[in-house]
Amino acid sequence: MIEVKNIHKKFGDNLVLNDVSFNFQRGKTNLIIGESGSGKTTLLKILIGLYPFDKGVISYDGRIFNEMKLKEKRLIRQEIGMLFQGGALFDYMTVEENIKFPLTMFTNQTEEEKIDRVNFCLKRVNLENQNNLLPSALSGGMVKRVAIARSISMNPRYLLCDEPNSGLDPKTAILIDDLIKEITEEYNITTIVNTHDMNSVMQIGDNIAFIHNGEIWWEGNKEELIHAENKELHDFVFASKLFKRLKRNS
Amino acid sequence: MIKGLQNIGDYFIMMNKVMSRPEKRSVFLKQFNLEIMKIILSSIGIVIIISFFIGAVVAIQQYFNLSSPLFPDYTIGLVTRDAVILEFAPTMLGLILAGKVGSSITSEIGTMRVTEQIDALEIMGINSASFLILPKILVSVIFFPILIILSISIGIIGGWLGGLSVGVPTSQFILGIQYEFIPFYVTYSLIKSIVFAFIITSVSAYYGYHASGGAINVGKASTKAVVYSSIIILIFNYILTDLILSGISF
Repeated sequence: MIEVKNIHKKFGDNLVLNDVSFNFQRGKTNLIIGESGSGKTTLLKILIGLYPFDKGVISYDGRIFNEMKLKEKRLIRQEIGMLFQGGALFDYMTVEENIKFPLTMFTNQTEEEKIDRVNFCLKRVNLENQNNLLPSALSGGMVKRVAIARSISMNPRYLLCDEPNSGLDPKTAILIDDLIKEITEEYNITTIVNTHDMNSVMQIGDNIAFIHNGEIWWEGNKEELIHAENKELHDFVFASKLFKRLKRNS
Repeated sequence: MIKGLQNIGDYFIMMNKVMSRPEKRSVFLKQFNLEIMKIILSSIGIVIIISFFIGAVVAIQQYFNLSSPLFPDYTIGLVTRDAVILEFAPTMLGLILAGKVGSSITSEIGTMRVTEQIDALEIMGINSASFLILPKILVSVIFFPILIILSISIGIIGGWLGGLSVGVPTSQFILGIQYEFIPFYVTYSLIKSIVFAFIITSVSAYYGYHASGGAINVGKASTKAVVYSSIIILIFNYILTDLILSGISF
């Protein structure tokens, strides 16, 4: 479980996160939702220590992350798999080298063991036999799947995803959502997905935090979301005509 | 002024991160070999072409400037040798490589920054500054002097052929390049090349590592890297010349 308590973050005079507290639960797909600019990505980057913050506490299964020295933080980060918005694959490495990279850096596995692990991860994301392709030869959906394969190669305890569906067609987006949910349940890891895609929310939202103007305005799951009375949440969720119709029919 | 001081502070903070022990020796050696290809081997062509023609032009110019019975023909060889060893090879080539190698380092690291590849390294628990920048600095500092020796040799060959084209006999040219040769000039040239190599790679890496936004900003960072490394090279050229040459009596 990842806990955040009373997080405050300012960029200059601009208060981006104001007293944010939330528990991201193990074995569940935890979603941070909100409009663009609401503070979602900032919160995610604070969680992994890429941004410093002004006040508050972050703990990974009871280990206080913000009190750790850089070397200790690096050890925690080895337990985190991160799926970036653009995939962030190393563009001079092949698919296989990308997935093998964390194994080479942090394990003493033999080359054979590493290749076995790479093939296992590629199979898990339905990309068998694509080992020798460069990222430039992959489609958007394939890039995301290779990035997921890389992020699970080290058996992470935590999986963080920043807008995993952005730029993908609806069918591939559903595939990625399903994959994230399956991996979360299969390995019993704490997954946090940062999204403003309502299809994802309805598909995989076990535990949802709605951020508005840097504050958590609502918490719940996908079933509760439909009937929530919060006006800001309502305006965000039912911005599209399709979801308005869904609500009317429900 | 404040911005400038902040940049200097950030540069030293980054260099503190760069100068740490590599996490995995085998991966470091792989990166080191890759950088030899990217930085040194890819520069050999331009070094040969520029050195040859500058050497030839220096010889021809000196021939016409010194066309007096008071100056024997071997003066052309002597002047070409000293011009190439003292100033052209280390400084001019330093400026040229600041353009070629510097802009390439900034674009490479800057692109990795804006596509979140550097964040991905950090999330894996890797010291991204050391992983990306240390091999570049070491390769440059170790191998730039070899490029300078190559440049001196080709420059003198260019001078010989340039001299031949205007009628300076080979025997006179060879006498000139041997006449009152001071071996310490080569040491002085190599000392300068090591300092310039460090300036080019570290300053360019700094601008790439701190790039933000998109492609336009990476382009701007590359331009800044070339401009500032060139200025710093010229300042250090003056300081080193004053320190090394003025303090020694021949």
